[in-house]
Amino acid sequence: MQAREIAAAKTALDQPGAPIVLFDHVQLAFDERVVLRDMSFTLLKGHTKIILGASGSGKSTALKIITGLLKSDAGVVWVNGQRVDQLGEREMMSVRADLGMIFQEGALFDSLTVRENVGYKLYEETDMPVDEVDRRVAEVLGFIGLAEQVDKMPSELSGGQRRRVAIARAMAFKPTILLYDEATTGLDPITAITVDDEIVKLRDLEGVSSIVVTHQLRDAFYVATHMAVRAADGTVRIVDATPEKEREAEFIMLREGVIVFEGDADSLRRSADPYIQTFLS
Amino acid sequence: MLSLFERWAKSAALEVQEYVRLTMAAFRGIVTPPFYRHDIVEQFDIIGVGSLTVVLLSGLFTGAALAAQSGMTLDQFGARPVVGRLVSASMIKELGPVLTALMLTGRIGSGIAAELGSMMVTDQINALRALGTDPVRKLVVPRILAGIFMTPVLTVIADAVGITGGWVVARYQLQVNSGLYWSSVVKGLYLQDVWVGLIKPFVFGFIIVTVACHVGLRTSGGTAGVGRSTTLSVVAGSVAVIAADYFVMQILIALLY
Repeated sequence: MQAREIAAAKTALDQPGAPIVLFDHVQLAFDERVVLRDMSFTLLKGHTKIILGASGSGKSTALKIITGLLKSDAGVVWVNGQRVDQLGEREMMSVRADLGMIFQEGALFDSLTVRENVGYKLYEETDMPVDEVDRRVAEVLGFIGLAEQVDKMPSELSGGQRRRVAIARAMAFKPTILLYDEATTGLDPITAITVDDEIVKLRDLEGVSSIVVTHQLRDAFYVATHMAVRAADGTVRIVDATPEKEREAEFIMLREGVIVFEGDADSLRRSADPYIQTFLS
Repeated sequence: MLSLFERWAKSAALEVQEYVRLTMAAFRGIVTPPFYRHDIVEQFDIIGVGSLTVVLLSGLFTGAALAAQSGMTLDQFGARPVVGRLVSASMIKELGPVLTALMLTGRIGSGIAAELGSMMVTDQINALRALGTDPVRKLVVPRILAGIFMTPVLTVIADAVGITGGWVVARYQLQVNSGLYWSSVVKGLYLQDVWVGLIKPFVFGFIIVTVACHVGLRTSGGTAGVGRSTTLSVVAGSVAVIAADYFVMQILIALLY
């Protein structure tokens, strides 16, 4: 890509409401196994992209490419106005400053308390005074309803609590993009809904753009069809999304590294594609 | 057959390449910020103070066994009074550094590989990177610094305790006069021997920790993979220490003697 085109693309990406994550013909293979094939999609600021697909279809790989944990073999990836597919590990640190990721199983640091996990980045990677970090940790733990667990170790938490602490850790430094990698897999339906509620709240109340990777249809549709509203008394309620809000959540269906569907919840339900029908049934 | 050899050669070359890459990244991390001071102090405590008991016990019994065995041999030549010379020279030049390094390989090498391996398979290393932390600076550099600087300290302690263990056997089993033993200990030592005994542990400490970190950070395959990495770290670390002992000794002989 020419320097002029790069500059133009960067300017366009910086505009309010503009694409915040852009995949352009991204490819990745491990030896002879192709994981992503010609993948292109765009996430707009404040919107949600829900990536569905069977295990091994390349969903988590796409997230790892966005965070720079993996490098694509071909194609262009823009995140928050920076082209990340060519950045080295050191340059990626500035991109990651605005990017939070929730890993499968949470990936909490098992030798640190909940407080140290949630405040990790602020304690270790910023000059923020400890008192201020403690306040921010208390604030985010309060937001996800786990304020009383602050001094516990991850091993003392339930599966659902661990995922929510992972969300708190990812949101503590106020990123504008959150990536959820199977955040509800392995959880019972009731606990999964509490995690889904956090995803919805972060999107609608904090203005976070999200990419939700899952193979749990129930959770995918819940996130797409609900919205969070704050009442006059400050309480937060999760209600059915308005049609406009519903359209801000877009689905991508991956099959063996190839996008076989892209559209909103309604179009997904109405799709006649046999694979999608099988997946939805 | 050839393709099997090719695969092995490629895999070995890849391991060496990744080991060198990790070592270079660690050196960059040692001399350039950010520094994780709290982790450095913590690792000095875990690797240094935490290994004290095992080093004290192994040093004590090695010195005692050395005195008992060499006493029997020296008796054949009527040279029992010089047992101190043999114990000190053997402990300081060879047994102290090598046995301390092997004990540390078992204790800290396995611990590091298991800890980093567990972090790899549970995505904690990726989580660190995603949170903007370089795992080499946060996890590897503090361990390397602690390994390099605490191994010589532990070796000196092992030497001292080993020579004391030799004295106990010499005095109470071999009936050698204490003054004779200690003067023999001093007489048996040359400045070059002390240098050899001090330089080798720096190299061993570096090898033990870098091998363990390399193996730990390349762990895959769940809990079984962590087990494999722990075993590999001890085996590879021990062999590397013994091989390095030979090569370092050759270099030091050429330079010092």
